[in-house]
Amino acid sequence: MLGAELLLKSLEEQGVELVFGIPGGAVIPLYDVLKKSSIKHILTKHEQGAAHAADGYARVTGKPGVCFATSGPGGTNLITGLATAQMDSSPVIAITGQVGSSFLGKDSFQEADMLGLSHPVTKHSYLVRDAHDIPGIVEEAFFIATQGRPGPVLIDIPKDVFSQEVTEVRKPGVRKHLLEKLKKPELDLGQVEKAIQALKKAKKPLILVGGGVNNSEGSPRLLQDFAMKNEMPVTQTLMGKGVFPAEHPLFLGMVGMHGTIEANWAMQNCDCLLAVGVRFDDRVTGKVEQFAPKAKVIHVDIDPAEHNKNRASDIAIVGDSKDFLEVLGGKLWASKNNKEWLRQISLQNPVEKVSIGRGLDPEGVMNLINSLLDDDTVVVTDVGQHQMWAALFVHPKKPRSFITSGGLGTMGFGLPAAIGVQMAYPEKKVVLITGDGSLQMNLQELAVIKQWNLPIKIFLINNGSLGMVRQWQELFFQENYAETILEVGPDWEKLAGAYNIKAKTLWEHRELKDALHSSITSGEPWLIDIKVDPGANVFPMVPAGCSLDQMYRSWKNEAHASSIG
Amino acid sequence: MKHTLAVLVENHPGVLSRVSGLFARRGYNITSLVVSETEDSSISRMTIVVDGDERIIEQVTKQLNKLIDVIKVNDVTNEDTVNRQLLLVRVNADNSAKGEIAQLMDIFRARIVDIGRKSLVVEATGDEEKIQAIIRSLQPFGIQEIVKAGIISMVRGPK
Repeated sequence: MLGAELLLKSLEEQGVELVFGIPGGAVIPLYDVLKKSSIKHILTKHEQGAAHAADGYARVTGKPGVCFATSGPGGTNLITGLATAQMDSSPVIAITGQVGSSFLGKDSFQEADMLGLSHPVTKHSYLVRDAHDIPGIVEEAFFIATQGRPGPVLIDIPKDVFSQEVTEVRKPGVRKHLLEKLKKPELDLGQVEKAIQALKKAKKPLILVGGGVNNSEGSPRLLQDFAMKNEMPVTQTLMGKGVFPAEHPLFLGMVGMHGTIEANWAMQNCDCLLAVGVRFDDRVTGKVEQFAPKAKVIHVDIDPAEHNKNRASDIAIVGDSKDFLEVLGGKLWASKNNKEWLRQISLQNPVEKVSIGRGLDPEGVMNLINSLLDDDTVVVTDVGQHQMWAALFVHPKKPRSFITSGGLGTMGFGLPAAIGVQMAYPEKKVVLITGDGSLQMNLQELAVIKQWNLPIKIFLINNGSLGMVRQWQELFFQENYAETILEVGPDWEKLAGAYNIKAKTLWEHRELKDALHSSITSGEPWLIDIKVDPGANVFPMVPAGCSLDQMYRSWKNEAHASSIG
Repeated sequence: MKHTLAVLVENHPGVLSRVSGLFARRGYNITSLVVSETEDSSISRMTIVVDGDERIIEQVTKQLNKLIDVIKVNDVTNEDTVNRQLLLVRVNADNSAKGEIAQLMDIFRARIVDIGRKSLVVEATGDEEKIQAIIRSLQPFGIQEIVKAGIISMVRGPK
C-alpha cells in the first residue's frame, strides 16, 4: 500500500466522508489514488475557500472538517483559514503536500515551511517523515482537533512519503501524555458550590454564554432550563448565538461593541456574572478594567488558560459547560425573585431607528430575513456591518446555526463556509448574509455552488463600500473615507449569470418580501443583490477602548458621545 | 519576580521553536533557557527562567501546558532546588596579576583553564549569586569577554 492510500484509509477510519481541496504538484500522488477511496472531494477554486469550507462543515456538525492543499502557495493560502478556525475553536484538519524529503530546506520549487507557518495558527501540526507513521498521526490529529477546546491541526506530508510503499500498518494510538492532557477536565465541585452560593446571593444576576456552550452537545438545553427556572437574564457573545431563544423575555441579545442597550446595561450593573464558554474578547468587554465593575464573576471554561487571561474571575471553574450546567441545574432552585432586576433592564430604551438616506434600511431587511427562517435554517455571514446587523436582528432557532468568523473577523469567510455547511446538511436551508466587500474576497467559489447545485441563498447587503471601516472613518476619522468606497462593483446579476446562478437586484422595500420569500423557498441557488442605504451605520456602538457604559445609540442626532451609564 | 520553570517536552525537531514562538507571540520575557535531553532520550527538559508577576507566570504556565509537545510544566521557584550556571570569563592578566587572580579564584573554587600572554580564562559553576560575585571580583582586572550558560535547576531529594 502507498502512503497516499494509507492516508485516505486512515481518514475513512475517522469517519471522513468529504474533503475540500485543490490539487498541485506535491499532492498529485494523493489525488492519483483518490478515486479508490469512498471520500468525496469538493474542488474549490482557492485553497482559502477549501479551508473555510472545511471550517463551515466543522462548525455546523461539530465533526472535523478536512481540507487538502499542495505545498508552498497551496499551504500558505490555507493559513488565513487555519487562523480563523483557531480563533473560533473549530476542528479543521488540513493536509498539505510538501516538497520531497530530499528537497526539504533547500528553497525548492513551491517549498514553504508549513510546520513553522502553522505554529501560531493551529492547535498542533505534524511533518510526516515516514509513511508508516501516517495512521498514528491521523488518529492523533483527529483526537487533538476535537478533544477539550477544539482547534485546527495541520499534517504536512512530503511528496515521496505519499508514494512510499508501506510494508506494515502500525497503530501506535494516541500518545499517553496526550490522553491525560486532553481528557475532559473533572469539575471541582468545591468551586461549583461557591458558584451556587454566589448565584443564590445575587440580586442582579446575569448569564453570559459563548461559543463554548454552542460547542458542547446538550449544553444549550440545560442552559435554557436553568435560566428560565431561575429567571435569570441571558446575554451572549457573537459565538453564543443560537444557545438561547431570541424571542424569550429573558433574552437580552448580544453584549459588547455592538451589543444591545439592555445587554450592555445589564452587564455594567449586574452583581453576579455567570460567564460560560466565553473568553472575554475585547469586542465583548470594551475597556476591560471597567467591564462588569460591580459583578462577582463566575467563569466556566474548558480551557484553563482562559481564566484570568483577559478578565480576572472570582470563581474560576475548569470544565465542559454541559458538566457544569448539569450539576448547577440539579442544585439551584427556582426560589429567586429577580423581577425588580428584570424590570430595571426592561426600562433601558431600545435603539431609536434613525432613517437617514436613500436605499433600503438594513435593519428592515434583516427583520424580513429573520421572519423567513424555519427551525432548521443555518445562517452564515461574512464580516462587517452586515455581520453585526445579522447578529442583532437575525436569530436562527438552534445551536450551531449561526456560522460566522468571530475572533479573526475574516472577510471572505462566508461564501466558502456556506458551501461547507450545505455539503454537510444538503436538506437544510442555508442563508448566506454577506456584503459586497466580503463577497468579492472569495467570489471564485460561486463555481462550486453551481457545480454541486447547492441551493444556498446569497443575500448580498450591498452598500457599495467597505461599510464597517467606512463607519469608523465617519465616526472617528472626520469622515475621511479613504479607499472604502467601492466605486466599481460588478453587475451582480450578470456576474451570477456568468456562473448560471439566478440573481435579482432589489432597490425597493415593496419588492423585498416576495423576492426573498420566493428565493428561499426555491430549491436552487440564488443571489439577491439588496441595495441598502450606503450611509447606514451599525448602532448601538461602543467605540474601541471605551467602557460598555459609553455607548452610542445613534450618531446623526448626537453631537457627542452620550453615556447611557 | 523571576520564576524557574522545569518543562518536560517531547524530544522532536521544532519543539523549541513552538516554545520560543509562544513566548515571543504573547510577549513573555525569557531571562534564560536551557534545553537538553533527559535520561530518557525521547524527552527533553527545558529550564526556563521567566520574569513576570503572578498573573503572567500563571498564563505562561497554562499556555505552555496547552502545547501538545509539552508533557509537564513544573514551577520550581519555591521548591528546594540546586541551581547551577556555567561561566567562562577571559580577563586581563599581566604576569603580576596572574598570581592574584589564581588566589582569588581558589576562594570561589573556580578554575583557570587557559593562560594567554596577557590574559586568563576562568571557568566557574555555581548559583547565580556566586557567578555574580566572581564577575565582580574580576572586574577590577578588566574583563575582556563573558560567556554564561543558562541556569539549570534540580529539585533536591527528600532528606
